[in-house]
Amino acid sequence: MYRYDEFDATFVSERVDQFRDQVARRVKGDLTEEQFRPLRLMNGLYLQLHAYMLRVAVPYGTLNSKQMHKLAYIADKFDRGYGHFTTRQNIQYNWPKLPDVPDILEHLAEVEMHAIQTSGNCIRNVTADQWSGVAADEVEDPRPYAELMRQWSSLHPEFSFLPRKFKIAVTGDKADRAAIAYHDIGLRLKKNAAGEVGFEIFVGGGMGRTPMIAARVRDWLPKSELLGYLEAVMRVYNLNGRRDNKYKARIKILVHELGAEEFTRQVEEEYARLDAPQGLPSDQELERIAAYFAPPAYEDLAENDAVHTQHLVDNKDFAEWVERNVAPHKITGYAIVNISLKPVGGVPGDATSGQMHAIADMAEKMSLDEIRVTHEQNLVLPNVRKHDLFAVWQELKEHKLADANLGLATDIISCPGLDYCGLATARSIPISQDISIRLGDIKRQRDIGDLKIKISGCINACGHHHAGHIGILGLEKRGVEYYQITLGGSGDETASIGQIIGPGFSSETVTDAVETIVDTYMDLRKSGETFLEAYRRVGAEPFKEAVYATH
Amino acid sequence: MPLIRDGKIVEDIWVSLDDEAELPEQGDVILSLDRLKKEANAIQTRSGRTGVVLENDVDEEDVETYLPHIELIALTFPAFTDGRAYSQARQLRTKLGFEGELRATGNVLADQATFLCRVGFDSFEVDNDQSIDVWNKALRSMSVAYQRGYDGEQATRESGPLSQDKAHTSLA
Repeated sequence: MYRYDEFDATFVSERVDQFRDQVARRVKGDLTEEQFRPLRLMNGLYLQLHAYMLRVAVPYGTLNSKQMHKLAYIADKFDRGYGHFTTRQNIQYNWPKLPDVPDILEHLAEVEMHAIQTSGNCIRNVTADQWSGVAADEVEDPRPYAELMRQWSSLHPEFSFLPRKFKIAVTGDKADRAAIAYHDIGLRLKKNAAGEVGFEIFVGGGMGRTPMIAARVRDWLPKSELLGYLEAVMRVYNLNGRRDNKYKARIKILVHELGAEEFTRQVEEEYARLDAPQGLPSDQELERIAAYFAPPAYEDLAENDAVHTQHLVDNKDFAEWVERNVAPHKITGYAIVNISLKPVGGVPGDATSGQMHAIADMAEKMSLDEIRVTHEQNLVLPNVRKHDLFAVWQELKEHKLADANLGLATDIISCPGLDYCGLATARSIPISQDISIRLGDIKRQRDIGDLKIKISGCINACGHHHAGHIGILGLEKRGVEYYQITLGGSGDETASIGQIIGPGFSSETVTDAVETIVDTYMDLRKSGETFLEAYRRVGAEPFKEAVYATH
Repeated sequence: MPLIRDGKIVEDIWVSLDDEAELPEQGDVILSLDRLKKEANAIQTRSGRTGVVLENDVDEEDVETYLPHIELIALTFPAFTDGRAYSQARQLRTKLGFEGELRATGNVLADQATFLCRVGFDSFEVDNDQSIDVWNKALRSMSVAYQRGYDGEQATRESGPLSQDKAHTSLA
């Protein structure tokens, strides 16, 4: 993975000093809260309901063990012993004190991390497929380009005060695990007719109150021209994006109002007149970055491991965990281990410092020192020998991290909601816990099969409810929370926006409604048909009938 | 309103002219774009220098024909979170090759200093009471930058080995 050189280290450490000075000026009163707000946001610092919240960037979701140990240390020293992994592959601390924040940033800088641009109206932390570099069917590892974009977007002189936040996601695979269609810019590495790898570029996806699927603006762009093309997109947006209404300020609205064709024309026109080479990295620089993502020292292993195969036969729980949580690796004899942060009845995405330390230790010993964070709020050990799977599983079990529910009904995405967030209109964590407990029986979950339930506590949709097979949106009317249900959303390569099925439900009845929807699916599904497939075949009607007849 | 140039507070010799006021023969004046268009001939013969203030929604090509006669362009920041003028400045410098004074006006904070310099601004009307020391400190706060092809004192990866005191010496 990427390592800072002197240049990167200088950048991050000067940024810490700069922020330390800004905090000091704020504390002294030289900066008003209004002036300080955009500055602190550009360093990931929010003012929440009860306290400040610090969001630390995990660039494209990649961590090493040292970094994970540090995240655990920060949770213990400056917070309440836990952290929350988010849908943007970041980690949030919910209880830091303002004067401590510069020190936290200094600790992060020690392990080559930062909180730069994890919030604010700027280019946010770039996210990527969590299986980048290891997925069995990948075209190419997108992370060298994610790193290039991390650098390019950091304190960009022209694009740091955009109309609204800006999110970029990248994948190197046909299967989309990064939800690129729901991003301001989605990038997919693919081969052109000549077999050269380049970027397919989508612009204008997003969630929030106006969910949109991104439009394709470029079928194929040479990889080396990426930053030039991004510059053109950003300039068209920075100059023309709406600033009169924050709910209409995302690039998706600009693309929608201009029409994808006209937007694309403007971008291409800007791109054509750019003095492109001036803004592009040199070949040596691209090679320098790419070298950090060269495959680690994999051993030459056989496809099957006798010890592992025996454990599969002997231990049903282990075999079930392998079936759900372990994915094929591109290197023979290795596997991708997905660690669920969704224990039944737990808080989605939360990890204690003890769990973080344990995962860091496992990564060091058994995953070639790598860890990934997923946008579905889980973690990954990307490089585990099949031979070690049983040991990893046992260790995970010891730390209550061995739930075999990846992609099942209790693998719920949830935003922090009204328990923490200043923007929330309703609680989301307690609803996800309630649903998780209701559907928690693992036999039942396995029987239900692939099901993505996603919960947001307000219209901003941080819980990705629009992309949920079952989406839940918490709202509030006259001081009472209620929950709207959408069906048929998807964030994968067949992206679709969930449709509202009808009137909302109270916090007491929403779990019943979800259970009815699930039971309805079980009754009408054809053999082997997933929830999403069944919904796409039959539409919303049977679900509506069942839900509104009984509630 | 203090004007900052070359790291110092300097006297502003430019006068912003109301659209109704008479165009003087001498002296440096800043006009609105409308006024500039109306006086397109007059400005070519006067002895004083002419500048123009551009609103954020002006297409920079609108001003292109007048550029040979213009020595200052003021761009506005209605709020310091409104970043359109960064792209306008960039376009004026790179696409249109404007080499005169590029002035940032409106809600301009020291914390924007490096960004402003890097997109090509070279004078700053600051509307708050931040001291020149705060401004210069902010300007020196970063010695490195990742983006290629922008101005500024910061070293980029391609600009060779890091010079630790590059920003300091150039601003001393």
